[in-house]
Amino acid sequence: MASMRDIKRRRSSIESTGQITKAMKLVSTVKLQKARVKAEQNAPYADSMYRTVQSILERTCGIRHPYLQGGDSGRKAVIVISSNRGLAGGYNSNVVKLITQGELAGQDLDIYAVGKKGREGLQRAGYRIRLDSSDISEEPAYADAAALSREVLSSFTRGEVGEIWLAYTFFKNTIVHEPRLIRLLPVEKEEEEISDRLPMNFDAEEESILEMLIPTYVTSLIYGGLLESSASENGARMQAMDSATDNAEEMIEDLTLLYNRARQSSITQELTEIIAGAQAIS
Amino acid sequence: MAEDRSFRIRIITPERVFYEGSALMAEFNTSEGELGIYPGHIPMTVILKPGVLKLTQPEGKKEAALHTGFAEILPDGITILAEAAEWPGEIDIARAQAAKERAEARIREHRADTDMARAQTALLRALARIETLR
Repeated sequence: MASMRDIKRRRSSIESTGQITKAMKLVSTVKLQKARVKAEQNAPYADSMYRTVQSILERTCGIRHPYLQGGDSGRKAVIVISSNRGLAGGYNSNVVKLITQGELAGQDLDIYAVGKKGREGLQRAGYRIRLDSSDISEEPAYADAAALSREVLSSFTRGEVGEIWLAYTFFKNTIVHEPRLIRLLPVEKEEEEISDRLPMNFDAEEESILEMLIPTYVTSLIYGGLLESSASENGARMQAMDSATDNAEEMIEDLTLLYNRARQSSITQELTEIIAGAQAIS
Repeated sequence: MAEDRSFRIRIITPERVFYEGSALMAEFNTSEGELGIYPGHIPMTVILKPGVLKLTQPEGKKEAALHTGFAEILPDGITILAEAAEWPGEIDIARAQAAKERAEARIREHRADTDMARAQTALLRALARIETLR
């Protein structure tokens, strides 16, 4: 049996770890609430944006444009949103797995990394990192998403990549987060027609509307992805820290039991020795 | 006129639903020029340029600075998707002035590496903010 001192030391070390995980859980709970509100406030914008883009695509069936058909290059740009810090359960490794084992596995990819953990994981797997803008993943602002989308789109217009994809974690609810891989460009047109809508007119050239609308659309998707991912990150961390705190408490219980047993047996032993000593003298 | 001549206005930005209400008329700046919309307009989608949004309501006029985006006009309402929108009270005049001067300087110098389109949008945006405050 381990000595009393060893057990005591071990218990206090686990106690302080438990305190840290508990604090981290509280912090991510607060952050989760904030991130969630932000993600929810973005929803009406994203919905209207999607509807408008679909309605414009219905009208512009005949137009040939790289935004709709894709480029000639076989390379694909992938924006990968992960977190800068770990201790969030499977959050980061799930996003990385999406790239290394998902639909795009084994293809020529240019990675635009948002989040240090995802970048490190993909770098290890031998992917080419084109851009690392990890500083924006903590508190995503629309301007950051716009800058990133300008960067990716300019590489698309230069013909360096033929398609643009986005890997992020969809925030379904506090417990369920789903890593997702979606194609941003070329834009996918929804098959089903919504017939009860009025025919839409455009006062500018349809092509010039497309020219302006698609980058805005891409930016809004990236921004939405950033917000969802940040909510998922905090949700995942909250869960991970919750179970870590539970485990720490369980271990402390076991160690306390062990400690008491060790203490008791050492007292018993001391008593036996004293009695034996007294008997020897008398 | 006895009938109600107002229609629904929704202004949405990525960060929030900026405004939701009704108005008798809406005026804003588009890529094809200034536009004033009354209820009952034919369905139309227009591209916005930075400018001042004016909403005419029974109780008076409401103004706000509106930046790039687009507007979906339907007979019974308008949905405006803007990258940013601000009420006069939210505008920092000193910052807008500084941004205006910076953009003007960039356009004046016209160096090879300046993105002229971006500088011009920045200028328009600053002007829209200043205009809204007046």
